[in-house]
Amino acid sequence: MLDLLHNVPLLAQEAAPMTTSFLRLYVFVLAGFIGFQIITKVPALLHTPLMSATNAISGIALVGALVAAGAQHSYYSTLLGFIAVTAATINVVGGFMITDRMLKMFKRYER
Amino acid sequence: MPSLSVIDNLFATPLLAQHAVDAHAAVNDGFREFLIEGAYLTASVLFILGLRGLTAPDKARRGMQLAAAGMLVAVIGTLIDARIVDYKWILLGLLLGSGIGAAISIWMPMTAIPQRTAISHAFGALAATLVGISHFDYLTRILGAEVGHVEMAALGFEVMFGSLTITGSLMAFGKLQELLPGAPITYPFQNETNIGLFAVTALMFLYLVLAPTAWGGHTTVFYLMVLAGLAVGVLIVIPIGGADMPVVISLMNSYAGLAASAMGFALGNNLLIIAGALDGASGFILSILMSRAMNRSFANVLFGAFGTPVETAGKASSAGMTVKSVSVEDAAAQLAYASEVIVVPGYGMAVAQAQHQVRELAELIEKRGGEVKFAIHPVAGRMPGHMNVLLAEANVPYDKMLEMDEINDQFARADVALVIGANDVVNPAARNDRSSPIFGMPILNADQAKSIIVLKRSMNPGFAGIENELFYDPKTALLFGDAKSSLTKLVAEVKAI
Repeated sequence: MLDLLHNVPLLAQEAAPMTTSFLRLYVFVLAGFIGFQIITKVPALLHTPLMSATNAISGIALVGALVAAGAQHSYYSTLLGFIAVTAATINVVGGFMITDRMLKMFKRYER
Repeated sequence: MPSLSVIDNLFATPLLAQHAVDAHAAVNDGFREFLIEGAYLTASVLFILGLRGLTAPDKARRGMQLAAAGMLVAVIGTLIDARIVDYKWILLGLLLGSGIGAAISIWMPMTAIPQRTAISHAFGALAATLVGISHFDYLTRILGAEVGHVEMAALGFEVMFGSLTITGSLMAFGKLQELLPGAPITYPFQNETNIGLFAVTALMFLYLVLAPTAWGGHTTVFYLMVLAGLAVGVLIVIPIGGADMPVVISLMNSYAGLAASAMGFALGNNLLIIAGALDGASGFILSILMSRAMNRSFANVLFGAFGTPVETAGKASSAGMTVKSVSVEDAAAQLAYASEVIVVPGYGMAVAQAQHQVRELAELIEKRGGEVKFAIHPVAGRMPGHMNVLLAEANVPYDKMLEMDEINDQFARADVALVIGANDVVNPAARNDRSSPIFGMPILNADQAKSIIVLKRSMNPGFAGIENELFYDPKTALLFGDAKSSLTKLVAEVKAI
């Protein structure tokens, strides 16, 4: 009986995160669909810039890295965060710059 | 005595003052959160619009500028996060990363694009893995909290995908940079070892997610899982040959995205989930397209090298056939008087860095009244779209580069098909030799052209040791030598005509 009572608030607490997790799953699935729709329309001509662009975008891990590096949870966390910020920034800055450099080269035929 | 009343106030109603501060902070935090979420939403929209720009070459640059702006908005939004209390290391990391990233992208030659892409997947995955480890450490060691099943699953996926992408991409980088042998590295019981390691990793993941904290050992298992992920990345890529790199790179692209998405689940951040899903979808589609262009399943690419020795092609009976070689003068005359030429570039053109000479030759032929087009096979080169970027760098207009489906019907009309360092993608065995390992792979119909000139370094068969009957075709003439020097000579000869 006592056990049951103890469990009630626990279950109630779990209900909220479960809904949230499902919402996130919705976001993931829908974003995946949008990605699928868009990417299938990218011509093979631009597949290399596409990969380097998505690579730059996946440097969004930077967002998590910034918090890890600046939250001062522990020296360990800060160190890991610092390395992560550096690595992700290389991706973001390098990725966008090189994508632009590539796209600049694609020119139409002019007579 | 106003000053006294202030002091009085401070001492008399500390509780009230504290409340006011709390309320103020709460409003502040609410507003802050509003700003951050707003920034993330904006960034998500800009990323999607940016990728949509890539559907047309003339809108692509503008699109990517939008995406870059989105990234800037996301970073600024994150920097006002209340959890960030110290900016020293952040600033240092941002500066260091920007410096390295900019230096690589400015000075790296275009021919090194596949390598750069491979290693940047490793950087992205490294960031995701380290953030995952740091988050796990914060939850378990600093907070001493019980990590929920869902959160642990997200963290587990994050570090698993992350760690295997780190080493997998590094191996791909090593192969592309030729630090590692391009040929598959195999050893006895490879398949068994890998399956065993997969199983162990999966078990560790399940333990972390399902086992109650009271059972203990979670920290050890977590770090062991990271190590196992790193090992899986190495083992999964070393048996894959250089020619299959387009699939590997695409797959790593996808995994890096999935790691970012998993991080989004772990941190409760929708922007990460969305950006990661876009990236994951893109990499996944590209790997499917690449596998299809090789007429192989995913599994076949990934596990193809395991256990099976390199198959000897059915048409190894080339012994009786002879190849016809051609002099530079004759080849030049053939090209100069052709009215329609289709160039088929392959990895050999990239290796010889001959794209500028190709463009020069094409311009000369056009000046003489001929028409030159470029036929691009989806898996020509070492990554998706590799040939297009190289030709674009050499100023070949993009409307002259045609995809396989667009150009295959035009070969029959072409006077000359000029094959530069391509092999498997023009091998007719893919069409008519059931015993060939590449049977069924869609190829460019170069053999249907009225005549074929093949620029080739030597008579060594291609990567997989597959004989190419196109080279023995009576219509085919081979011009031996390094692609770049052969083309330079051809250019000089055509000019002289």
